[in-house]
Amino acid sequence: MEAIILQILNGLDKGSAYALIALGLTLIFGTLGVVNFAHGALFMIGAFCAVTLSRLFTLSHEVPVPGEVDFLGNPKMENIPYIYDILGEATGATIIDWAVPLSILFAIPVMMLIGVIMERGLIKHFYNRPHADQILVTFGLAIVLQEVIKYFYGANPIPTPAPDAFRGSFDFGAALGFDPNLIIYPYWRIIYFAFAAVIIGAVFAFLQFTTFGMVVRAGMADRETVQLLGINIDKRFTIMFGLAAAVAGLAGVMYTPINSPNYHMGMDFLVLSFVVVVVGGMGSLPGAVLAGFLLGILESFASMGAVLEVLPGLNQIIIYLVAIIILLTRPRGLMGRKGVMED
Amino acid sequence: MLGLDKKDLRLFIIVVAISMLAPFILNPFPEGSAMAQFNAGYPDLMQRFVIFGILAIGFNILFGLTGYLSFGHAAFLGVGSYGAIWMMKLVSLNVIPAIIMAVIVAGIFALMVGYVSLRRSGIYFSILTLAFAQMSYALAYSVLTPITGGETGLQIKPADRPILSNLQDGEIGRANLFGMDMRSSYEMEIGSWLFTFNAGYYIAAVVMILAFYLSIRIFRSPFGTMLRAVKSNQTRMYYTGLNARPYTLAAFVISGMYAGLAGGLLVAMDTQVGPERMFWTASGEVVLMTILGGAGTLIGPVLGAGFIKYMENIISKINKATLESWFAFMPDGLEDLIITLVYPFVGKGWHLTLGLLFMLVVIFLPGGLVEGGQRIKGLFSRKKAEDKKPEAGQSTPAE
Repeated sequence: MEAIILQILNGLDKGSAYALIALGLTLIFGTLGVVNFAHGALFMIGAFCAVTLSRLFTLSHEVPVPGEVDFLGNPKMENIPYIYDILGEATGATIIDWAVPLSILFAIPVMMLIGVIMERGLIKHFYNRPHADQILVTFGLAIVLQEVIKYFYGANPIPTPAPDAFRGSFDFGAALGFDPNLIIYPYWRIIYFAFAAVIIGAVFAFLQFTTFGMVVRAGMADRETVQLLGINIDKRFTIMFGLAAAVAGLAGVMYTPINSPNYHMGMDFLVLSFVVVVVGGMGSLPGAVLAGFLLGILESFASMGAVLEVLPGLNQIIIYLVAIIILLTRPRGLMGRKGVMED
Repeated sequence: MLGLDKKDLRLFIIVVAISMLAPFILNPFPEGSAMAQFNAGYPDLMQRFVIFGILAIGFNILFGLTGYLSFGHAAFLGVGSYGAIWMMKLVSLNVIPAIIMAVIVAGIFALMVGYVSLRRSGIYFSILTLAFAQMSYALAYSVLTPITGGETGLQIKPADRPILSNLQDGEIGRANLFGMDMRSSYEMEIGSWLFTFNAGYYIAAVVMILAFYLSIRIFRSPFGTMLRAVKSNQTRMYYTGLNARPYTLAAFVISGMYAGLAGGLLVAMDTQVGPERMFWTASGEVVLMTILGGAGTLIGPVLGAGFIKYMENIISKINKATLESWFAFMPDGLEDLIITLVYPFVGKGWHLTLGLLFMLVVIFLPGGLVEGGQRIKGLFSRKKAEDKKPEAGQSTPAE
């Protein structure tokens, strides 16, 4: 029992990342009909937004420490972040500590902007081209974005810690009435899951309860009719692309404390997220979320010691295996809509 | 002649001539000159030109003709490589059985993957092939370590004693063709030029020519026409009472066997395999080569493969010092500016150049280099319409 709960919990954080990326992917697919292979790169750029912000906060200058000298007799120098000078030491330290959550505010406009530029600058020209061309051009774009990040930030992972308050683990077992120390779960992963749930909820609420969302849903169902009604659907779809980019970016920002970001993290997630989208059903938002969590949890179950003893290597292939089975038995995916990407 | 019409024969003869004279053609700059680093006429690189050419030719039979975009083609290359190295480790160091084994293993694997994947088309097919390739990669990396050597891969070790070879004690086996070592080369010096004729290269080149010939025959055969029908309108094909599946499956298996052939040759040239050969970026590279050259054309994939491998080797070798020596004639400020601007694109940054180039090709030249060549040709000739080759159409995948 404890083991099962632990594996479900372990699956949740990866599942959250899959779900968020897959949500953005399927949003783009459902609105614009574009298969975006550069979506993983957006996730990666989001993570590097957090890196950039925490680097900006820690930009520092040297000041002599009063009353101390180093071994050569020169005044001892110390690095003081500029932010200490501006906001005072206590506030400054707190801000540096909270760099990752604060990056959310920074990442939203940046990612929206990147998304809109991408859509207007490149994707727009590919609406009427075959899906293969869309895949290829966004694949090229993903390589370019990845290499640009690599050029500026280097190839090594950059550790970006969570705020002090969220370090350490929460004893989940004790809270549920099991023995203490059985189910221990890092705080940040709880935060990540909660964050993902909020974002997913917000996207659904936005689509469901706002006029804008209603128009977008109408556009997804029948683009031509919406256009005939005199609504500029292209503009709204562009904004949706920006929104999808922001969702991927936020997923990346919050993922940095779990895994130190490096330039190829996007690609690693992209392949899996694509599988998630296809399993969930192309163009189905609830399907993407469901499949994301499902596959995340399945992956974590497959990596249990007991399972690996019987079927070694299952954790490596479980997602693909499930995808193959689902695609062959339910061709439209778990919750695919009729008429989307049919043969 | 050879069952080819005049135009194809001309193309075929050009390919034969270029691949036979490659050591000369690829070494246009004298040894030791500043441009010598642009020479591509060394065995290792030439071998890769033709081997990846074979891979791309095979991929093109699937993608170019049927429009099915496989994103897992590297898996067949990898499986073929493993088959070949085991043949060399256990049976014979002669490359021919190894290559035959590679083709058979890859063919069987392609049959299994194709049988399942071809139930779906469009992007679902791409994802299914990708899933199979990633699964093979993950398994080769972890559980199948006893067979695949895991992360370190497989090499021919001093302890390997193939049944059909008479190695001395302590002698490490080397790939050969009836006693001719793959690595043996003949070097010819003319003035300050140095040309290398490598046994391995010529064997690979002959195989490539055969593969190319076969692909021309497939393109021009009724079977090839049937594959084009799959691409242009599958529904209509069904209505005329034809089942597309056997044709696409055959194309898939042929294409997988080509990949296996390339994998076997890679092992024959350089007796080692690692699982990274099956990683999905490797599959992406094949797609890149084919698109860059021109999918659906005969010569395109070979051009694309050569182009990408050349870029990979030559551009990634350029470093800051090289750039400084090139732009030394400029005034200092300008020189620094240009070097700063160019530097991110060369050396380690060659992937950036590749990505950009790839995007530009997909955006502006969907027909790849072949279409580019035809457009340039069209500029200079008045009879534009007549010059267009029928096969040089833009690629549209099956939906």
